Amino acid sequence: MKNAGTIVIVVVVGFVAFFGFPFYYNIGKANEAPKLKFDTPAILEWEKVNGKKECVEPKEFMRGEHMQLLNQWRDSVVRNGDRVYVNSQGRSFTMSFQNTCMNCHSNKKDFCDKCHNYLGVKPYCWGCHIAPKEKQS
Amino acid sequence: MAKVTTPKPAELVTSIDLKPSGKEWMDTPAEIKPGTFCWGAKAKNLNIVEFPNARDWNPSEEDWKLPENWQEIFLTGMKNLLDKYRSFKVFMDICVRCGACADKCHFFIGSGDPKNMPVLRAELLRSVYRRYFTTSGKLLGKTAGGRELTIDVLKELWYYFYQCTECRRCSLFCPYGIDTAEITLMGRELMNLLGLNTDWISGPVANCYMKGNHLGLEPHAIMNSIEGMIDDIETITGIRINPSFNRKGAEILFVTPSGDLFADPGTFTCMGYLMLFHELGLDYTWSTYASEGGNFGFFTSNEMAKRLNSKIYAEAKRLGVKWIIGGECGHMWRVLTQYMDTWNGPADFLEVPVSPITGTRFDTSRSTKMIHITEFTADLIKNGKLKLDPSRNDDLIVTYHDSCNTSRGMGLLEEPRYIIENVCNHFHEMPENTIREQTFCCGSGTGLNASENMELRMRGGFPRANAVKFVKDRHGVNMLANICAIDRATLSASMDYWVPGVRVTGVHEMVANALVMKGEKERETNLRGEPLPGKEGN
Amino acid sequence: MKILLPLFVVVALVVIAFAGAQANLQAFFGIVVPYAAVAVFILGFIVRALKWGSSPVPFRIPTTAGQMKSFAPWIKQNKIDNPSSRLGVFARMALEVLVFRSLFRNTKTELHDGPKLVYGSEKFLWLAGLAFHWSFLIIFVRHFRFFMQDVPFVIKIMESLDSFLQIGAPLLYLTDVVLVGAVTYLFLRRVVMPQIKFISLPADYFPLFLILGIALSGILMRYFTKVHIVGVKGLVMGLLSFSPVIPEGIGSIFYVHLFLVSVLLVYFPMSKLMHMGGVFLSPTRNMANNNREVRHINPWNYPVHVHTYEEYENDFREKMKKAGLPVEKE
Repeated sequence: MKNAGTIVIVVVVGFVAFFGFPFYYNIGKANEAPKLKFDTPAILEWEKVNGKKECVEPKEFMRGEHMQLLNQWRDSVVRNGDRVYVNSQGRSFTMSFQNTCMNCHSNKKDFCDKCHNYLGVKPYCWGCHIAPKEKQS
Repeated sequence: MAKVTTPKPAELVTSIDLKPSGKEWMDTPAEIKPGTFCWGAKAKNLNIVEFPNARDWNPSEEDWKLPENWQEIFLTGMKNLLDKYRSFKVFMDICVRCGACADKCHFFIGSGDPKNMPVLRAELLRSVYRRYFTTSGKLLGKTAGGRELTIDVLKELWYYFYQCTECRRCSLFCPYGIDTAEITLMGRELMNLLGLNTDWISGPVANCYMKGNHLGLEPHAIMNSIEGMIDDIETITGIRINPSFNRKGAEILFVTPSGDLFADPGTFTCMGYLMLFHELGLDYTWSTYASEGGNFGFFTSNEMAKRLNSKIYAEAKRLGVKWIIGGECGHMWRVLTQYMDTWNGPADFLEVPVSPITGTRFDTSRSTKMIHITEFTADLIKNGKLKLDPSRNDDLIVTYHDSCNTSRGMGLLEEPRYIIENVCNHFHEMPENTIREQTFCCGSGTGLNASENMELRMRGGFPRANAVKFVKDRHGVNMLANICAIDRATLSASMDYWVPGVRVTGVHEMVANALVMKGEKERETNLRGEPLPGKEGN
Repeated sequence: MKILLPLFVVVALVVIAFAGAQANLQAFFGIVVPYAAVAVFILGFIVRALKWGSSPVPFRIPTTAGQMKSFAPWIKQNKIDNPSSRLGVFARMALEVLVFRSLFRNTKTELHDGPKLVYGSEKFLWLAGLAFHWSFLIIFVRHFRFFMQDVPFVIKIMESLDSFLQIGAPLLYLTDVVLVGAVTYLFLRRVVMPQIKFISLPADYFPLFLILGIALSGILMRYFTKVHIVGVKGLVMGLLSFSPVIPEGIGSIFYVHLFLVSVLLVYFPMSKLMHMGGVFLSPTRNMANNNREVRHINPWNYPVHVHTYEEYENDFREKMKKAGLPVEKE
């Protein structure tokens, strides 16, 4: 690198190649936030009975903390044999990923995977659990 | 000037504290202590080489007799250097002060003065750079690490740039290769814009400019000096050597530092060259015009260094030689390796060096056309061209000091070792952190080897001497070999001070002692006139 | 003061961004500031590179750290520490940039009774430096999952390697721990080690605090006070596609994180952090030690006033003749 010109070219090329990668990688791809579906038969059933769509905890809480909650459930069930979860409203649920969570959210592709793929997250739930058969209405 | 006393070694060691504490360095002006600086340059010497602000001055006095606009001169000079050297600009900008260099400097290790940590030595100038050449420094001043260029700051810069021997040991450890030698070169160049040179540097520079060598030896004096050596050689070997001077048409020009012509033990090294070349029947000549390999100009400014260096190629051209051999010297070889060809080349009037004895072609010097004498001699030994009797050096238990410049500015590590191993039987290396590329400076390079600077020199020489002491205690080492004229002068003093009983020698002195010459009489003594091993009774 | 001032500045930056987000200035902190910061970073970097580049390299001055290429094939060259070819220089630079070769040499000098100087091995700075820079790089590249519509495979692999211990939920990134640990060490050595404390400036503490702030705010929003992460990606993607949006409900802590990153970007080109670019331009490392083989050209080399042989002979002609030296003019 003998002179200013070469150096600047190297710097610019370096910037374009490295920092610019996200730009040209994204070209032609729409900036679309994932849209989750809450229309499985079980959810619609719940709505019919309870008058609204709801989860074991409020939506905002579930969005940020579902991974911690699932871990908590796993530890409670596997290590302590305790299968009853009492939520913030005092209602009881059976702690079961397969039978409680996935009963409602039986649309892994349109629910779990949407955000996880969008953000490049690969949860290890499915290392042990078998994904349910996709159900949507 | 008052006589300066140097503290005893024990006192000196007790004064070292490698853990700096106390006030912020920016707020602490330098105290210019007797024994740790060189006298100021004399007007007459600066005038000879047309340097600015020539006047007699004394650094220990308050008034340094600076020009009215010294600040402007300094800052303009700094801008010029920044524009001319990318190294300077980059080194001013990128230091992160990680401190890896801090305890690598022989002057810091020997003094504990925090401003001798290479990082801080550079920061002294960097703070000025930030204040005057960066936006943040201009706006935020001290918060951004900037510092006004006051007279105290100038004096501090002067004091500490003459406490650096440009040995580059710090540069070896720096993750960005920041080279304090480069910064000191710039710093001293700025000092010279204001006439702030030292007597010990400016005197040799003026001598070298006018008379061809630092010592100011005139043509006949050089010849006399060598005559004296020839007489001694005849006494010892029975062989009369007849070297030539300024001879046109010789195959080789030989250039060595003038220190070798003048004082022990350098003169013994010089006798070594003479005997070796004679034994080979080498077609070579000395020059009285280019009678200096060293270059004190390198310690003042780039331009001055080039002016002095120009004589070597000019003389080679005038004499019509084919190529050049250079003697044992340290900074001389940094200059010859990294600067000479760029300044004064291309030496297209010369030929690629080929040893007339072995036929070896020195392709690695095909542009500069100048080889190091240890390359020349190592090649001779390897090809079995020298008859050597290493037992003549059996009284010597040798260790080898790598010169800073041949190690870190060239990489000449194995050639001298190969020679040493072939000319003596007892060779022991110093600890690995103190040799080869990690070698320590003698403590008096870059023109700091003035007697008034003795305390600083002994402090700077401490790490080297301490490593010598280690091998003296362990193996009984009594001789410190080296390939540098400044080493031969300064290590002698440093050994007497720190490790009495260890003497100093050039490699070619040992070569000549071991060299069995054709037709020589049975030698009774070595080149120093001392009885050879086994001849003590005679 | 030189420690407290930068700490105070970083704390103030945090407060500003937090208050801004609370006061509904999301558009400013989420769009205006990041755009401006990236622009300053890129332009600043180029300007600095131009400044360096505009000064030539007059001399070839490698610091040689091993045996040179010898005339003799029987002397083995250290081809990396004292390179004579482009390939050697490339290897030397690669080792320098990727694994901090020079810093690996580091020693610690101690003065013992005797007096005896001891040079011990000192690898902590090297280790912490390496840990810091590499984890920073991995964390940065890992963030590309927020910058790309379909997260590429390599980023996913990196992600799963970084969290392979599978601790907690969300999975703990090892680099998060390493980065905070390394930055903390680098800070502590500037406080505890006398030599390093003495040489440290506010400009040394500030980036440490700033990077620590960035790391902690990131950790906080990943593991503790959650943010609306889908919204975060929406915002970032909006910035990248030049159609910025401010999604609802992203926590304020994200704006703190983004603001600190923006400050880092702005600060970068005008600070010592430019060692990132400068290391490539260091002439003691990026040049081959082949000076005696190939002439280096100095673009500003100019003729100098020399004392010629003729002048010399004029000065000494009589003495030279008397000594029997040949002269050009009788």
